[in-house]
Amino acid sequence: MAEFLAQYVPSWLAYTAVGLVQAALCLVVALASAAVFIWLERKVSARIQDRLGPTRVGGRFGWLQPPADGIKLLCKEDIIPAAADAPLYRIAPYISFCAVFAVFLALPFASGWVALDLNAGAFFVLAVAGLEVFGVILGGYASGSKWSLYGAMRAAAQVISYEIPLALCVVVPVLITGSMNLVEIGDSQKGWFTSWYLFHDPFTFVTFWVYVTCVTASTNRAPFDLPEAESELVAGFLTEYSGWRWVVFFMAEYAAMFVVSGFGAVLFLGGWNGPIPLASLLGLTPENHAILGWLGNLLGMANFITKAVLGVVFMIWLRWTLPRLRIDQVMTTCLKYCVPIASAMLAGVMIWTYLFPKGVIDGVRHSAPVVQQASAQPQSGDHR
Amino acid sequence: MDAINWHSFFFLMCALVACTFAIAVVIASNIVRMACYLVISLAAVAGLFFLAGADFLGAAQLMVYVGGTMVLLVFGVMLTARGPFVSMKTGPAQWLVALMAAGALLFVLVQASFSIPAWAGPLASQPQPATLPATAEQLGYGLLGVRADQLDQRDAVARGGLSGYLLPFEIISVHLVVVLVGAAYLARAKRRVTKLSTNTAGSHKP
Repeated sequence: MAEFLAQYVPSWLAYTAVGLVQAALCLVVALASAAVFIWLERKVSARIQDRLGPTRVGGRFGWLQPPADGIKLLCKEDIIPAAADAPLYRIAPYISFCAVFAVFLALPFASGWVALDLNAGAFFVLAVAGLEVFGVILGGYASGSKWSLYGAMRAAAQVISYEIPLALCVVVPVLITGSMNLVEIGDSQKGWFTSWYLFHDPFTFVTFWVYVTCVTASTNRAPFDLPEAESELVAGFLTEYSGWRWVVFFMAEYAAMFVVSGFGAVLFLGGWNGPIPLASLLGLTPENHAILGWLGNLLGMANFITKAVLGVVFMIWLRWTLPRLRIDQVMTTCLKYCVPIASAMLAGVMIWTYLFPKGVIDGVRHSAPVVQQASAQPQSGDHR
Repeated sequence: MDAINWHSFFFLMCALVACTFAIAVVIASNIVRMACYLVISLAAVAGLFFLAGADFLGAAQLMVYVGGTMVLLVFGVMLTARGPFVSMKTGPAQWLVALMAAGALLFVLVQASFSIPAWAGPLASQPQPATLPATAEQLGYGLLGVRADQLDQRDAVARGGLSGYLLPFEIISVHLVVVLVGAAYLARAKRRVTKLSTNTAGSHKP
């Protein structure tokens, strides 16, 4: 796009404009997703508890509830406790939000529709999404309150432990694709839902559910919301926060939910490739016409966002269904179940892709020659 | 202002942030603030890597150094949380020794970096970061034992470089496993056999 604009305006202006537009688009998605999910959380939790939730603000369905919440919270006093380490206390929410926002830069919304087409995109997302907890630790420590410190320490222990099985789960689609580029991972699942990595083999199916467990824990969502357990720690690391800074922490949490759902959709659920390949059935591919390809990408983006939102709804559903775990149960789930299962699934996927390099259906159909070919491969490697 | 070189601008910005917060780490007296400044400084260095087109290295910097410093911060909080905000004083002698060591290192580094002719050229002759080839795949192949950048090397002597980094990779992996097993051994719950239980066990012997 920058090259296109550079034909008409000076190139530095073109690059600046394109950079600003892309950053603004990502920011809009992050903020809008936070607002929509806060409303969704209220409505879904209300329906699960046999209530109606917000109904009056903005006419029907209470759709103006998030702006009303926002205005109310902006008008609140911004309290900084006397015992707090003021500068760290001030910047902590912004660190959390910036870390989550940086993930949006590398998250592809459709084939090629990504702000930064990074060669190591999956690794980048893992690395940057893990930084969200830094703001939580900092905020909890700088509040100068025992509740906050307990919450921060729990968040640190929990998130750092769950990064290990999470990384093992992310390695599985990377292994199958042979690339860490998120656009390539998404494009390699093109076609019907049978080509999604979720249905690639039994091991990836189990890996996906381990991934769901790990990201629920790493975004501090119930049943893993130990860092802000309101029945024991008042509100954990959020205890001393009020007004705008509290809002920023919450926007970071809800944007992080969207990020991990979208990341999971790209890795396991085909990303922008739907259950039915609607775009290619309708002929909306770049081979036919550039504009048709653009329309197909638009359809793919809608598909991707639908999957990500459904993922968030699933996380909300979990929160209002399951009771909170104890801290030792959280650690047991990670170290005694998630890590061994993820490791075993990784080994299983390696063996499976070695035996059936072309997927299950093709692999079973041509299993005999494939196995012969596979056993012949090490020898050719020796010759080289 | 007819042109802004955004590459130079962001390079200078990241470098400035990295240097400023590196100095702030030394000057600060609160251990948690030190760790926080260190995280910002290291993140700025990761920004420099991204700017140079080495996105894998940048992500690794974020994962290993910034994530590792976060653990350091947690330990800092846990070990110094006796008082509310502990501050540490540095004596004049320590300042002197540190300044001498750091000054000597800085001198060597500056000398070395200005003596490499390839680094002294003008910025315009450098390849633009957008046109740099992807690095992550070659790195991965190198760790698996194939130097993808030297496959066209036909010289038998120079083909020693084709072996890649499989052996160092395996050695480091085994070391890490040993460290993990050791850490688990040290951190496990100690179940001592008490004197009472050994006595009762002995008394039941025929």
